[in-house]
Amino acid sequence: MSARRPYIRPMARWYLRDPFFIEYMAHEGTAVFVWLFALELLAGLVCLALGEAAWNGFLAWLDWLPAQIANGLVLLMLLYHGITWFLILPRTIPPVRIGHARLPGWVLSAAGMMAMIAASAVLATGAWLLARGGL
Amino acid sequence: MNDPLKRSHEPIFWLLFGAGGMLAAMLGAMLVFLLAFGVPSGLLPAEALSYTTMRDFAGNVFGKGFLFAVVALFFWHAVHRIFHSLHDIGIHAGLPARVLVYGTAAIGTLIAAAALLAIGF
Amino acid sequence: MKPQTKTVAVLRYRPEQDKEPFWQDYEVPFAEDTSVLAALNYIKDELDGTLSFRWSCRQAICGSCGLMIGGKPRLACKTFLRDFEGKVTVEALAHFPIERDLVVVMDDFIAKLERVKPWLMPREERAPEDGEYRQTPQEMSLYEQFAGCINCGLCYAACPQVGLNPNFLGPGAIALLHRYNLDSRDGGSEERMKLISAELGVFNCTAVGYCSAVCPKIVDPANAVNVNKMNSARDYFFRFLPRPAPKGGCQ
Repeated sequence: MSARRPYIRPMARWYLRDPFFIEYMAHEGTAVFVWLFALELLAGLVCLALGEAAWNGFLAWLDWLPAQIANGLVLLMLLYHGITWFLILPRTIPPVRIGHARLPGWVLSAAGMMAMIAASAVLATGAWLLARGGL
Repeated sequence: MNDPLKRSHEPIFWLLFGAGGMLAAMLGAMLVFLLAFGVPSGLLPAEALSYTTMRDFAGNVFGKGFLFAVVALFFWHAVHRIFHSLHDIGIHAGLPARVLVYGTAAIGTLIAAAALLAIGF
Repeated sequence: MKPQTKTVAVLRYRPEQDKEPFWQDYEVPFAEDTSVLAALNYIKDELDGTLSFRWSCRQAICGSCGLMIGGKPRLACKTFLRDFEGKVTVEALAHFPIERDLVVVMDDFIAKLERVKPWLMPREERAPEDGEYRQTPQEMSLYEQFAGCINCGLCYAACPQVGLNPNFLGPGAIALLHRYNLDSRDGGSEERMKLISAELGVFNCTAVGYCSAVCPKIVDPANAVNVNKMNSARDYFFRFLPRPAPKGGCQ
């Protein structure tokens, strides 16, 4: 009979074992806020479809202080999602090569964040132009 | 137990997750800011979120496409991550939980499509 | 002058007498250049001959001294006592069953490595008189990084998905698979794709990225896994279309 008795350690609360895992759980957790924001946008779309009175009700919700605080939190979480998304990008996309050399990860992350800033600026400009009645 | 060599159907959900994640990373924070704080901060004029402006935007075919993509993909991104996080914290939920979590994204997608169609062109 | 000493806490497990692992402290004299591996050898030679651990080369190439040191997956031979404040904890690699003390059961890991068919399956059969399978430096540079793996298992100890689902092929085996898929001389990509796309394949990965952070050879297994998610998705949606003729390097 074999004397082997391999011991398997439990995985309970593994995510608290290492700061790296805590950060991972934090950026995975932003999904809850993305979900909530999608729900808020969906509510807005439904109100818009229902007519002017319903839409004004949605605007009143946006002005309500607790909703503003909640949206402030959602804003922070989406910002955190964006930053962490681009920080991990070098691991998730195929290597970008210039000649033989593989571009270092931080270059890809930085390029992603620049794209995020540029796209956000375009979006804000678009919204502003739209409000002025011309695009 | 599942056959570990069976082909996984994850590519469907993973692509939706990735597309939504990229869109949310690029524009998510600015969208929240414009919607909730654009007018109060003075960045946008008051009429930015007026019924006529928004109705015109959602009536335009590109505006419609944009709004649909944002709502649907944000949902699909979020539910994929949430489902995997359940697994991460030790809730190895099977098909019922999957239907429940991903179902919110499916229903959200359908409602968004219905609302945008109701707004008309 | 008395030499400086440091406390090294080792997670012991002796299957014939212990129900579960326990921590045991040892006082080890150390200098600037004392590695954790040297400390373990000091313990075995001078303090407690019953301590079991694996080691061989002392220069980060054999891949046998992977351990959880200070809670993180590291090679004992290139981790130094000087870098730790107070006590140094040493434990068998996470997510592997403990055979005894610091020795883990590698069988499942080795089986996964074999499973990805880590050998060249020639794109075209050649007889010896046809000459060598030639490859340009550019073609080699595509996979060179993934060929640096020393099978130390640190990436498995870093991967929570391996711990949560032992069926998952895991970062190291997929990096090895990717190394052969990227080789211009190899024609086995299609066969290996079945494994990538299976329930035990790449979609168990949630892009934690810690595997690449702990890799002592800068192999970047996380990239190998995640690039193959896209390859698998392409295969999933376009598998019914006629395949283009293979050309050049096989991505």
